[in-house]
Amino acid sequence: MSTLEIRDLKVAVEDKEILRGVNLTVKAGETHAIMGPNGSGKSTLAYAIAGHPKYTITGGQVLLDGVDLLELSVDERARAGLFLAMQYPVEVPGVSVSNFLRSAVTSVRGEAPKLRQFAKDLKAGMDALSIDAAFAQRNLNEGFSGGEKKRHEILQLELLKPKIAVLDETDSGLDVDALRVVSEGINRFRASADTGVLLITHYTRILRYVKPDFVHVFAGGRIVEAGGPELAERLEAEGYEQYTKVSA
Amino acid sequence: MGLNEKPLSTLHEKASYDLADFEVPNGREEAWRFTPLSRLKGLHNGKAAPGGQVAVHVRAPEGVQAEWVGRDDSRVGAAYVPADRVSAQAYASFDKALVVSVPKEAELSEAIWIDVKGNGGEGAAYGHVVVEVGPMAQATLVIEHSGSAVYADNVEFVVGEGATLKVVSLQEWDDDAVHVSHHHARLAKDATFRGFVVTLGGDLVRLSPSVAYTAPGGDADLSGVYFVDAGQHLEHRLLVDHSQPNCRSNVDYRGALQGEAAHAVWIGDVVIRAEAEGTDTYELNRNLILTDGARADSVPNLEILTGEVAGAGHASASGRLDDEHIFYLQARGIPYEEARRLVVRGFLGQLVEKIEVEEIRERVLAAVEAELSR
Repeated sequence: MSTLEIRDLKVAVEDKEILRGVNLTVKAGETHAIMGPNGSGKSTLAYAIAGHPKYTITGGQVLLDGVDLLELSVDERARAGLFLAMQYPVEVPGVSVSNFLRSAVTSVRGEAPKLRQFAKDLKAGMDALSIDAAFAQRNLNEGFSGGEKKRHEILQLELLKPKIAVLDETDSGLDVDALRVVSEGINRFRASADTGVLLITHYTRILRYVKPDFVHVFAGGRIVEAGGPELAERLEAEGYEQYTKVSA
Repeated sequence: MGLNEKPLSTLHEKASYDLADFEVPNGREEAWRFTPLSRLKGLHNGKAAPGGQVAVHVRAPEGVQAEWVGRDDSRVGAAYVPADRVSAQAYASFDKALVVSVPKEAELSEAIWIDVKGNGGEGAAYGHVVVEVGPMAQATLVIEHSGSAVYADNVEFVVGEGATLKVVSLQEWDDDAVHVSHHHARLAKDATFRGFVVTLGGDLVRLSPSVAYTAPGGDADLSGVYFVDAGQHLEHRLLVDHSQPNCRSNVDYRGALQGEAAHAVWIGDVVIRAEAEGTDTYELNRNLILTDGARADSVPNLEILTGEVAGAGHASASGRLDDEHIFYLQARGIPYEEARRLVVRGFLGQLVEKIEVEEIRERVLAAVEAELSR
């Protein structure tokens, strides 16, 4: 049973404080949705946990099964079982998708996968996400449409099988068909093992496909309200206005 | 080449077979300001003693003629006139020239290989090579440079009407080698030239590939990759002289640099003369600086003297590894060193993929890997 425990996390970007003490615990088997207005610090939370160099930790801890992730390098965090599906996956010229995926799987598992088995897993994963076979030979994220980028993030999620997955606005920019395909991938991942999911989103639409156990409202760099799925429905009806007023 | 035919660019204002026509450079000239003259071992000022040992071997497939000729042979110097002091020194100093001829309409099943090997010894060595490709013929040539030498040479590629010549030139010299070389391609009507340069070794390499057209329809593609280590000076000076209408050229050079005093220089000159209407040209240079202490100088120059071009552009970018690339790969568990290797290999590999000789392609990728794991 894995647990991600965020304790009083404070994060700054270029001396500007963005996160002002975030507390949250995600256990295996649970799906938490973090919702909030633009600029509330949701993505900062995701990237700070993953270790992006732009963000400076000014206080707090992020524990994965008792190990403080903040003490680890970016790749060590991933190998410890953390996964971040990015909102804007970057294009890496000259690095093919298949080469990249094999390197990532090898690093995370600590040994190179058997080629035949890997090819089989990759094909099955791509089929399930309606990704064209030719995709594997393309350069990483280069010329991918928004939908392709997000499907590719979920493909990695399914191949790398992390303990805890942080999904940063995976639903943004997707049409309804793509949203369904991506959501099914997330649900397969949730069903495949005892894993925890932290789903960051601005809109409630993805929560119709990926049902959360807990919903947190994020505003002004901290969690300002927590509840069950019914909280998402309230936000759908009322919007974030009351929270933006409070934090402003 | 008479006075009136000289390229208009001020960087290449002189062309002569006579060494005395070129003053000894002092390092302040535009053409020499990036080159550390003190490391040229006297190639530029006549002080290099002769006696260097460089062996040139040629392996030519059937139907191709390879012969050693004296400087009085009419083919020597027919396509190219030395344009700087070291080039003129090489022209004045070589003993025999190698002439390789591909007959018209020949389609070679395998590549011609010219192996240039430095065997050390005191002093400098000089060379001259002419490669002629007859009308409508198709040929691939590999020139390999290795070993230890102080070497200056001129290489002429004469590409006939409708012919295609693909050249890969590998500079895999030992650490102490000095090599100054001009590679000039002259393209007849509808001729195609593909030049690929790979420079990895040597203390100082200064390679100047140039292209001239004698009729419309010529198509030149000049690519290069280089990997500069600590203390190395690797310089590439491109010149494409568009003097004929409706010709095309494309230049793409990419390099990676690592280590103290690693120095890359790239000069890309393209001249589009008034009569060269319908020219289509693009030149690009990118440098990836992997460590502190490395330096890349990149200077594209585009002179356009006609209003009627099909396309003309240039770009130059030198920078460090992109943090976002590294973060993305690391976020998938890939350790920093491996992530860096993937990104650099990808950056150079995109160009290396264009080398059409598979054996060379794999060798170059392996050499890049070896550089990265140093």
